[in-house]
Amino acid sequence: MGWLNWFMSFEHAKPLALLILFATFVLILIYVFGNKRRGSRLESYKDMPFRDEESDTKEDRIK
Amino acid sequence: MATEVIGSTEQYNFEIVKKFSIMAVVWGLIGMSIGVYIASELAWPMLNMDIPYITFSRFRPAHTTSVIFGFGGSALFATSYYIVQRTCQARLFGDGLATFTFWGWQAAIFLADISYMLGYTQSREYAEMEWPIDILIEVVWLSYLAVYVGTIMKRKQPHIYVANWFFLAFILATALLHTFNNLAVPISMFSMKSYSLFAGTQDAMTQWWYGHNAVGFFLTAAFLGMMYYFVPKQAGRPIFSYRLSIIHFWALVFLYMWVGAHHLHWTALPDWTSTLAATFSIMLLLPSWGGMINGILTLSGAWDKLRTDPVMRFLIVALSFYGMATFEGPLMALKDVNALSHYTDWTVGHVHSGALGWVAMITFGSMYHMIPRLWNTKIWSEKLIGTHFWLATIGVLLYITAMWISGITAGLMWRAYDQYGNLQYSFVDSVAAIHPLYVMRAVGGAFFLTGMVLMAINVFMTIRQGDREAARLRATSPTKMTAASA
Repeated sequence: MGWLNWFMSFEHAKPLALLILFATFVLILIYVFGNKRRGSRLESYKDMPFRDEESDTKEDRIK
Repeated sequence: MATEVIGSTEQYNFEIVKKFSIMAVVWGLIGMSIGVYIASELAWPMLNMDIPYITFSRFRPAHTTSVIFGFGGSALFATSYYIVQRTCQARLFGDGLATFTFWGWQAAIFLADISYMLGYTQSREYAEMEWPIDILIEVVWLSYLAVYVGTIMKRKQPHIYVANWFFLAFILATALLHTFNNLAVPISMFSMKSYSLFAGTQDAMTQWWYGHNAVGFFLTAAFLGMMYYFVPKQAGRPIFSYRLSIIHFWALVFLYMWVGAHHLHWTALPDWTSTLAATFSIMLLLPSWGGMINGILTLSGAWDKLRTDPVMRFLIVALSFYGMATFEGPLMALKDVNALSHYTDWTVGHVHSGALGWVAMITFGSMYHMIPRLWNTKIWSEKLIGTHFWLATIGVLLYITAMWISGITAGLMWRAYDQYGNLQYSFVDSVAAIHPLYVMRAVGGAFFLTGMVLMAINVFMTIRQGDREAARLRATSPTKMTAASA
């Protein structure tokens, strides 16, 4: 268990955390902007607030 | 890809949304009235009237609790319940549980306000409620989480719209913050008094981890959820970039958690913690402005709406204040700037440019969009919305300008030395110097409150109009049916 002490030291933990978090951020960027097909799929979700408009009018009629 | 045809006839639970919407307006009136009163107490101390229940110290938490949790919280419950149903095309999970969140939340705010006036407080800013009320909030909040997650789980859309991500982050983070910041030991089972589980610097750090994340998740992330739904709906066009909203979300929720310690610069807090918080505060500028730009550019190609649509004006000006407040925040988190700004009214001005300019304005815009739809009618008076907009804008500008000048004046006076190295001014000199600005702040608040009164009138008349139209429709329908069958 002695190897865990390595993580307890701020000199080690801080740069390690920085590397992990920076890598995660870069991976999110690659996921979001790295592929055209995936990009257009993600962009298609922006229309979601407008997809309920038909049900909106039906509801209004019920009332 | 989410291309399901939507035409569900399933009725949504809008009753709960209506209840929370009404209470948002009620708490807005109460909270802002107390705000104007305490601002006036600072300008004219005789208004304390030697009545302990209404002194500044007891009324101030009643003001913050009523506006943040009463007005803002009720508006968030209302809009989140509305948005999650409409974007998931599913009825709210657990009608009874949702009703419990309404009564539980209203009871918590009411009890909190009464307890402050009676002198009970934990003395933790924005978390002044004593332990029995904290437990009630905990139960309500977990019920809220269950209702929200339950609704998302029964959604008819494969994708969860980004507004719901922001609301979920807000619900989860607030549960975490509320739980750990309020860990306390009551002095007995039958006493309201309790003592924090933390001590000294740790106590201060826990409090400001809570305090700043209450700003980050309650007053920012959640209202961004509101923005990501109502700005596109009111503009009649989708958000500028969905991918930018994803980056906005992850960067914001990650960075916010680290910045609380910037409230404790130049204290017993270790210097590295303070520096870390300042660094993260500066980084936070990027997602904040990314989100603001995403919201504002949604209107690109339809800028004329700003001239013609007062609701759109509320939403876009709210985003502008969001941009301004999130530029000012990182600036004030710098240690050198903070040395001047801390303990002065600059902080109060900064908070209100966010609270009035961003939070209240985006709420007004969203409510003006949602309320006529809930009652299946048109807004009673569009002209009144326009008047409300100008009163609110002038009110915020008067308020924050007064507080900037007041804060910088007091900060500079406190650090001024004479030729012998003595302090040049006494504290009371600085109070006398900023007195006119306290009057200006109270006037600004009065402008804002007048706008809120106009909104209450407009909402009341809209609801009455909607109810009358519904009653008329019910009354004429059987007549028509009889005539048709004859």
